[in-house]
Amino acid sequence: MFSFCTDPSILPDWQWMACYLTTGKHMSIYWSVLTVFLLLAITAPTALAFGFAGASAARSRIAPVSWLGRGYIAIVRGVPDIAFFLFFVIALDQAIEYLRHRAICPDWTEPVRQGNDFVVCAAAKMPLGNAPQWIHETYGFGLAVLTFAIVFGAFAANVLFGAMRAVPKAQLETAEAYGMTPRQTFWRVMVPQMWVYALPGLSNLWMVLIKATPLLFLLGVEDIVYWARELGGTKTSRFTEYPHGDWRMWYFLALLVFYLMFTRVSEIVLDRLMVRLTRGQATTGGEAQRKAAT
Amino acid sequence: MKSILLTTAAMAMTAGMAMAQDVVRMGTEGAYPPYNFINDAGEVDGFERELGDELCARAELTCEWVTNEWDSIIPNLVSGNYDTIIAGMSITDERDEVIDFTQNYTLPDPSAYVAMSADVDLEGGVLAAQANTIQAAFIAETGATLVEFATPEETIAAVKNGEADAVLADKAFLTPIADEDADLMMLDKEELIGGGIGLGLRESDTELKEKFDAAITSMKEDGSLNALIAKWEIGDGF
Repeated sequence: MFSFCTDPSILPDWQWMACYLTTGKHMSIYWSVLTVFLLLAITAPTALAFGFAGASAARSRIAPVSWLGRGYIAIVRGVPDIAFFLFFVIALDQAIEYLRHRAICPDWTEPVRQGNDFVVCAAAKMPLGNAPQWIHETYGFGLAVLTFAIVFGAFAANVLFGAMRAVPKAQLETAEAYGMTPRQTFWRVMVPQMWVYALPGLSNLWMVLIKATPLLFLLGVEDIVYWARELGGTKTSRFTEYPHGDWRMWYFLALLVFYLMFTRVSEIVLDRLMVRLTRGQATTGGEAQRKAAT
Repeated sequence: MKSILLTTAAMAMTAGMAMAQDVVRMGTEGAYPPYNFINDAGEVDGFERELGDELCARAELTCEWVTNEWDSIIPNLVSGNYDTIIAGMSITDERDEVIDFTQNYTLPDPSAYVAMSADVDLEGGVLAAQANTIQAAFIAETGATLVEFATPEETIAAVKNGEADAVLADKAFLTPIADEDADLMMLDKEELIGGGIGLGLRESDTELKEKFDAAITSMKEDGSLNALIAKWEIGDGF
């Protein structure tokens, strides 16, 4: 990185540190921070959409739709995250490959399951075996986002389901009395008012989601915890220009600070959002705001 | 003129397809120097990197390197996320039931103990090893208490913080660590376990296995494998 980095063993401390922290390997951990942010940025709205769909389905008056919504919430909430992450991703990946295999190679005669092996024709591989590494990584990342969205979507669905029921009944009856259709009542009266009841639950979920990002490594995406462990491990001088002892403690300390700062910023933002959503609502918070204003 | 262009385009495409099918994804752990590790530039490096690149060149394959956690390295091979395991994996009967191995490309490297002091009770003490390794299986058979860790790094850390009395691992991995760390010492006792290291492949991938076997044979014959083993200090040559 810097011009003076050619022979690290003779450098003074701060220069050594500057060189050490800018090796190609350290660049990987900085990139992985961006990976985590990107995951959160995509997963949070997707999970919210899953949650909204799940909650709407669960309160549907059509029985099968309602069962579907309730089943989704109950099953995904009941299965441990780690089991879900280990099982679901491999199953999903194999299901995609199997379907492609059936569509693309109809004259393939060998069985797909050969003992322990899962073998599909080369053209059905997802992504293709000859695809560059970044496509493999993007695909893995996509699977990760989907898995996170399904898991957190189920929790979000439960929160939104409760929030929808917390909207005062009188509001809905008034809407009906004004001649609104059920659809109009839902979108114009219930949805705008439910967020204030949903936000405490959703903000909890957001915090849990931030802390759950290290599960990424289970899905084969190299996240910051993986790199902290790898970079912090003892390095002997035979295999690196920058030998050091077991520095994992310092790396994990940095992670601790990173996560604490991140959750703190989230809290501040969520508090502001709460104030904004409470405005004009028929809740104690809304009432307090109204009194303070007059 | 047009037909010439078309044929060249068609030839380029078929050549491209033939090339494309030859991409072999090499799965490794990247945390076990000198066999495989991530170097300062963030790339896979080590004995197996050099060996793998040479084998691919000889077998005329295009290879790509992928890292994967040791614990799930076999399941991911079997489900097709990469095509080979080249991660210092010793050939054992147990593993051979699930996957296939090429011929060995190292002789059985003796496993060694590293501890804080020389008077460790190896029969009844607490010994650390990486999970799912031949060393872990070996300790489980003896009277000692086995503590397993997911990464090699943690097994060393367990000895240093007193959680385990000694760690059992491949000698080539432990030697540089014991040399540099004043607190740690290598014990004289060694265990001869495993049948040498081979390349792991899916059982259905016989064609690829033959290609790699032929490449390993040719490297054994012209001495280039021994030169690599000597360079990375992996134990005795063939």
